[in-house]
Amino acid sequence: MRRSLVMLLVAVVAALGIYYFVSRPKDAPPQPPANAQTAPTPAPAPAATPPAKPAKDSVVIGMSLEPPVLDSSLNAAAAIREITYQNIYESLTRVDRNGKIVPGLAESWTVSPDGKEYVFKLRSGVKYHDGEAFDASDVKFSIDRLIAPGPDNKIPAKNLYVSIEKVEVVDPQTVKITMKNPDAFVLFNLGVADAAIVDPKSSPTNGTNPVGTGPFKFKERKEGDSLVLVKADTYRNPAAIKLNTVTFKFVKDPSAQINALLAGDVDTFPGFQAPELVDQLKKDNRFAVVIGSTQGETILSTNNGEGKPMAKLEVRQAIAHAINREELIAAESGFAIPIGSHYSPADPAYIDLTKTYPFDLAKAKELMKAAGYENGFEATLKLPPVGYAKRSGEVLVSQLGKIGIKLSIVQLEWPQWLSEVFRERNYDFTIVAHTEAYDIDRYARDGYYWNYKSEPFRAVYREMVATVDEGKRADLLKQLQTIIAKDAVNGFLYQLGKIGVWNKNLVGMWENSPTPSIDLTEVYWK
Amino acid sequence: MLEFLSRRLFAALFTLVAASLVVFGVLEVLPGDPALVMLGMEAQPDTLAALRKDLGLDRPVWVRYFAWVGDMLTFDLGRSQAYKTDVATMLLVRLQVTVPLAIGAVTFAILLGLPLGILAAWRHGKAGDYGVMMFSQAGIAVPNFWIGLLLVLVFSLGLGLFPAGGFPGWEKDFGASLRALALPIIALGLPEAAILSRIARSAMLDTLREDYIRTARAKGVAERDVLFRHALRNALIPIITIIGLFFAFQVGGAIIIESVFYLPGVGQLVYQSINNRDLVVIKDVVILLTFFVLLINLAIDVIYVLVDPRPKIKA
Repeated sequence: MRRSLVMLLVAVVAALGIYYFVSRPKDAPPQPPANAQTAPTPAPAPAATPPAKPAKDSVVIGMSLEPPVLDSSLNAAAAIREITYQNIYESLTRVDRNGKIVPGLAESWTVSPDGKEYVFKLRSGVKYHDGEAFDASDVKFSIDRLIAPGPDNKIPAKNLYVSIEKVEVVDPQTVKITMKNPDAFVLFNLGVADAAIVDPKSSPTNGTNPVGTGPFKFKERKEGDSLVLVKADTYRNPAAIKLNTVTFKFVKDPSAQINALLAGDVDTFPGFQAPELVDQLKKDNRFAVVIGSTQGETILSTNNGEGKPMAKLEVRQAIAHAINREELIAAESGFAIPIGSHYSPADPAYIDLTKTYPFDLAKAKELMKAAGYENGFEATLKLPPVGYAKRSGEVLVSQLGKIGIKLSIVQLEWPQWLSEVFRERNYDFTIVAHTEAYDIDRYARDGYYWNYKSEPFRAVYREMVATVDEGKRADLLKQLQTIIAKDAVNGFLYQLGKIGVWNKNLVGMWENSPTPSIDLTEVYWK
Repeated sequence: MLEFLSRRLFAALFTLVAASLVVFGVLEVLPGDPALVMLGMEAQPDTLAALRKDLGLDRPVWVRYFAWVGDMLTFDLGRSQAYKTDVATMLLVRLQVTVPLAIGAVTFAILLGLPLGILAAWRHGKAGDYGVMMFSQAGIAVPNFWIGLLLVLVFSLGLGLFPAGGFPGWEKDFGASLRALALPIIALGLPEAAILSRIARSAMLDTLREDYIRTARAKGVAERDVLFRHALRNALIPIITIIGLFFAFQVGGAIIIESVFYLPGVGQLVYQSINNRDLVVIKDVVILLTFFVLLINLAIDVIYVLVDPRPKIKA
């Protein structure tokens, strides 16, 4: 009897102890560093900090996914672009933190009035990390491999550059690009990671040992763990770069990501992917949580193909009326912006089309009846393994259930999703964020997985691409957004928010994500 | 003995061949095209075909199977399709995390679970027994990843004694690497210690009821010798069996624990390779793990014979 009392007492004390650590306020004075390298024993109270402490010049950046290789011409993984773009490699133009096109390796350019000739004036004094000089022949080499015809060109993004006819070296500092037809997006596309300018000599080994002209050079990599960049002594403007060492650390599990931040092992997660855990970080006053925009239009992709109920416009309109975006965004903890078409609200040409088919269940049921599906139908919702798809998927099962569409969820892995849904178009519905910039062109494509075919859309699209005048092009872009919104091609849900978490003293990280990049050129410690 | 061993060896070899067929077959029918994963959503049909050819995926199934088996027999693990590096190099680095983790966890389980089990059997029906049983119930019920999260919360975020995760590397900082593995070893080993204490307790209880124990006690053998020389030795068979199984369990456990503590180990490599459809890596690693488990089983068989000479030779 007495013994069991003692044991009960021990259990209660242990429980209280655990409770103490779990519930301890996180904005209390900072805990001793939990860093293995610096604190072999519990750290003693810090002595008075020396007055002139040099500014911290290294940063540890957390990422969910690890890049397989470090050359975007070999693999489509976004993580490659996030790490290498602007840091290791540079392109002719450059997409800045707000999505504006600014000079990159080209310091200026001119466009012919018909939009078919671009002449780029290159920067002088640019060197690669291995000491090789950069000149116009490298630009020709790099873009030639993007536009090379036939199957030997295995560059994932080659489709972005099909409007380029040829590249000519005018002189070592000047390059002329001739277009097959005017392309409104060519300056943007020449400024993203896929159009990185590389040296023919080092390009074969860039996958494992990347060499570029950017401010940081590759130092070492521990697969499955981390990757280290250091400031490049060959960079043309070394004084502008404040960081000397950049470590990318790969942590996949969201709760491990939180632990890494709280323990101080990682200074920032620029793309934090667990909105449900953000509150925990907001309570800790060491961190800033910044919500920015992405290019990720999240849609209920709908198979418009022959023989599917969704081939009927009325059914798609009914679905559009049945979608309640407020609920969907609440499931994303509010970190998303509603969209009514396939276009980023961050772009100047955006128009709000969320009221095209306002939430109205009575109207939706009427349309289902008109389409001959009064009793609804059964369909599958094949989801990729991402948090937003799971969350929105469950909400949509209930929302569409109200108009008789009985969705059954099938959970897929990415490779399976790519083959089955995207490639073979063997699906009814799926949910995915289309993260490429200006990807409204997919609606003009043959054989894209939505099976959407609209001559009016294609006609306007062709006109838009060939329009050089920006004002006129914006008008046409608005028309395009309206056509697909009215056709209710897909369920247009929301624009994903970019949840950036970083140490409050870290300045200069990108708030938005106009193109996949963790640009560190302007980052420093306060 | 020799005949027994060679029979076991033959069985292991047969299992290995069967496993290689299964691994290869499963990867064959597993949906998801490695070339498509590499090229992504903008992949063009001509490029896909060309890349599949580069990866050797256009060859007939049996050609690919025998090419792979041939490579394995000559210790050539090939190159990762996604990472473009040698699988052997990748694996060697990852094993530096996973092997110490696995051995550490099993050692921890033995050092904690075995004494507790003996104690519980010795103090059968008393407070010590109940305490051990409570521990083992809790340890079996609570999943290892949750123990891991709790340990991080208390010992790294709360007390700052251990890192929350990551692995600096043995050659870089030996002490820090050791500390980095401490919590993962406990998280992985604690549930195993719980299982082991239970098995050890019941095995010991069984032997402690035997006549020869009563005889030993009656003739005045010291209690310590009764416990360890008479009872434990005869209770070893189930204990060794379960310890052997632990090694096989480490493979699955490592995937989870390495993810909680973001350790660059073999478990994470397998997980990532499956997501990348890096067929070369998956095939190699899975068959090597099978080989390793068979090896452990073989070792266990040998230990059985050494510990208890009775059941050998005649099967």
